[in-house]
Amino acid sequence: MRMTTSDENLARAAAGGDVEAFACLLERHYDAVFRLAFRLTGVAAEAEDLTQDVCASLPAKLGGFRAEARFTTWLWRVVVNAAHDRRRRAATHARHAEGWGDWETARRAADREAAEAIDWLAEAMRALPEELRDTLALVLDDQSHEEAAEVLGIAPGTVSWRISEAKKRLRALREKEDQT
Amino acid sequence: MTDDLDDLKQAMTAATPAPDKARKAEHLALARKNFAALQETRAQARPTSKRPAKGLFRGVKDMVTTSLSSRGLMTATTALVAIGLVAVVPDWQAGREMLRPAPMVEQTVATGADRSRKAVQTLAQTDDAAEGVARTQEPVTAAAPPAPLMQAAPANTRQGGVMDALRSEVPAEARSALRWPEADTEAFPDAEANTLKVTAEEPVSTFSVDVDTAAYAVVRSSLIGGVMPPHEAVRIEEMVNYFPYDYPAPEAGEAPFRPTVTVTDTPWNPDTQLVHIGIQGQKPAVEDRPPLNLVFLIDTSGSMEHPDKLPLLKQSLSLMLSKLDARDRVAIVTYAGSAGQVLEPTTASDRAAIMAALDNLAAGGTTAGQAGLQQAYAVAEGMAEEGEVTRVILTTDGDFNVGLSDPEALKRYIADKRESGTYLSVLGFGRGNLDDATMQALAQNGNGQAAYIDTLSEAQKVLVDQFSGALFPIADDVKIQVEFNPATVAEYRLIGYETRALNRDDFNNDRVDAGDIGAGHSVTAIYEITPVGSPARLSDPLRYDSAPPAPESDELGYLKLRYKEPGAATSRLIETPITEGGTASDDMRFAAAIAGFGQILTDSPYLNGWDYGDAIALANAAKGDDPYGYRAEAVRLMRLAQSLDRP
Repeated sequence: MRMTTSDENLARAAAGGDVEAFACLLERHYDAVFRLAFRLTGVAAEAEDLTQDVCASLPAKLGGFRAEARFTTWLWRVVVNAAHDRRRRAATHARHAEGWGDWETARRAADREAAEAIDWLAEAMRALPEELRDTLALVLDDQSHEEAAEVLGIAPGTVSWRISEAKKRLRALREKEDQT
Repeated sequence: MTDDLDDLKQAMTAATPAPDKARKAEHLALARKNFAALQETRAQARPTSKRPAKGLFRGVKDMVTTSLSSRGLMTATTALVAIGLVAVVPDWQAGREMLRPAPMVEQTVATGADRSRKAVQTLAQTDDAAEGVARTQEPVTAAAPPAPLMQAAPANTRQGGVMDALRSEVPAEARSALRWPEADTEAFPDAEANTLKVTAEEPVSTFSVDVDTAAYAVVRSSLIGGVMPPHEAVRIEEMVNYFPYDYPAPEAGEAPFRPTVTVTDTPWNPDTQLVHIGIQGQKPAVEDRPPLNLVFLIDTSGSMEHPDKLPLLKQSLSLMLSKLDARDRVAIVTYAGSAGQVLEPTTASDRAAIMAALDNLAAGGTTAGQAGLQQAYAVAEGMAEEGEVTRVILTTDGDFNVGLSDPEALKRYIADKRESGTYLSVLGFGRGNLDDATMQALAQNGNGQAAYIDTLSEAQKVLVDQFSGALFPIADDVKIQVEFNPATVAEYRLIGYETRALNRDDFNNDRVDAGDIGAGHSVTAIYEITPVGSPARLSDPLRYDSAPPAPESDELGYLKLRYKEPGAATSRLIETPITEGGTASDDMRFAAAIAGFGQILTDSPYLNGWDYGDAIALANAAKGDDPYGYRAEAVRLMRLAQSLDRP
């Protein structure tokens, strides 16, 4: 019975205090949340932590769900915002690369710490400025540009621009690597 | 180039690990735990069981975390004075009333009990000062020794240095605890004030109409008692809707009500506009009204034994009898300890029998709300016949949920009964443990109104002057949806209606309940809008926003109303565009003044320094006809608030 109920109805019931609806809703989307978290962070351990943040804060956040958006759109927004929060906290420890110079330093540091074998893709994603990374993460998560735009609260055109910008940078990165 | 993205996608999918099972289980458990914790704090925030669970210090922990406003301090001060006074005044019955959550004080008072008539009378006065209840009672002629002290004390302490002393000397915990006796066990629904919405992000605003007036009466009784009302007691839409307005009525044969939309200047902001939506219900001729079946469900628990409660209730109901005639029938059910029917369904013309039954009511015992309610509905169903209006009128001082394990079940019960066609109205009496939140919830679930009756003249207004509106519904589940045009309106804000917000998709869902409109009722809703290009705009336009929406239109927005004919299952739709123009009438200006007054009381951030003086000037200029003097009274309240609200 529950399985056929729409996300939106479950979310509303959960916001009203229905624990079963809440559990069902979370069960349904946990894996997808984790997948997006991985795309946003690029590291399994960080993705797990981010997922935990989302799970912990979701009950309180649900009260703010207005059924004007699809539940998943809303949920992705929660995940992206949680990722922002994490980065902001992490920023004091290590500035994430905003440009190529920073990225180089980070990469060399990462190379030195060979114990942490971060694969090319994750590293490449991390090299991108935040908004490009978030946008790319959503699109790589099989979201259309329109959906990604709704999650991020920007125009679809902006999403398209960001994706092409991200691709440009990734290509530059690859060329650079091929040379070395 | 697309190859890159596809490559990337594939690489990403390949790289994505499956979620770790153990971590997943952990996270899910954490989420459930937080969910459960949240439900608990919610339940505490809106207490439904009126007995303090852990005595005086219940809730202290929660309160410490929230900083105490100066207004809170003020109530704390009053509370302190109240405690001090009761210790002197020798009567323990009324002392218990005031200080229910403080059993220790209660005992002290009890030992010195001296029940002389004089003392009791004096105490009634103290009680007033502490509870903030408006009452016209004969003055105490021979004042008992403590009287001068208590009359002078609240005013002095509130203004003077005692408050500062309190702030510095009383530890936070104690201060919070001190709020209890004064705040007693009153509960108000907690809803955040509506914030500004950016039209481009959220163009649609949906809410249910609200014809309740309880908030205004509660605010009035607070102010007359010399205390600023708590923010959550101020529901602006109920204050605005307290006053009768004379909007154009629908023609015969049209829909049962008619919306009038006018765009006017905003008194508190030269660069914004007010969209004033006035809805006027038709006024059927009194002779044509259907017969009424009324079941008075009367709380006769011990707490009702107070001049503001049971005696006022009896007078109020007898006032109402004058509007009934031989077609109507009345039954009375009481609830206290055990529920009981004290009056069989009786023709309203048999006034003597009804009055005798009312007079025999006496307060005593505890409250068993649900049993009484079940019986009342059973009686009502027995009386109901085709073409008649059946209504249960629940009267309470708020102690409604005692002995009830699940208030939610009660609400569901009432919602179920609503389907059967029986309406429910809730009349609140007395202050001290008024459960405004539950009253609201019950009335809303039961297709009825909540009114708060603090004086006989309020009873006159609710039960006599607006008799037909209170008792004869002309439209059920009235919902309003406004879509603003982002090309003309940059931002908008609905003033009030916080507790009435609906989801966007609820509008077309006929199963979602909403407010009802009674015969002759008028309902007012006010939006403050910021036109595109206005310097008052608070949010910056987005840099990356796409071009402005295509449809070229001067319309500010589009108003849609849904309603059901009483008893019908499917709704009908009324639509009208919102355009610039229309002239502001006195009614609209007065409604704006009240909306502004409500916002001042809640310290709204949108007023730009507009103050009581401005509200008074606006209201005075827009008083219009005012045959019953309601508007003059509102101005008096504004003046009172102006003097009280000094930080």
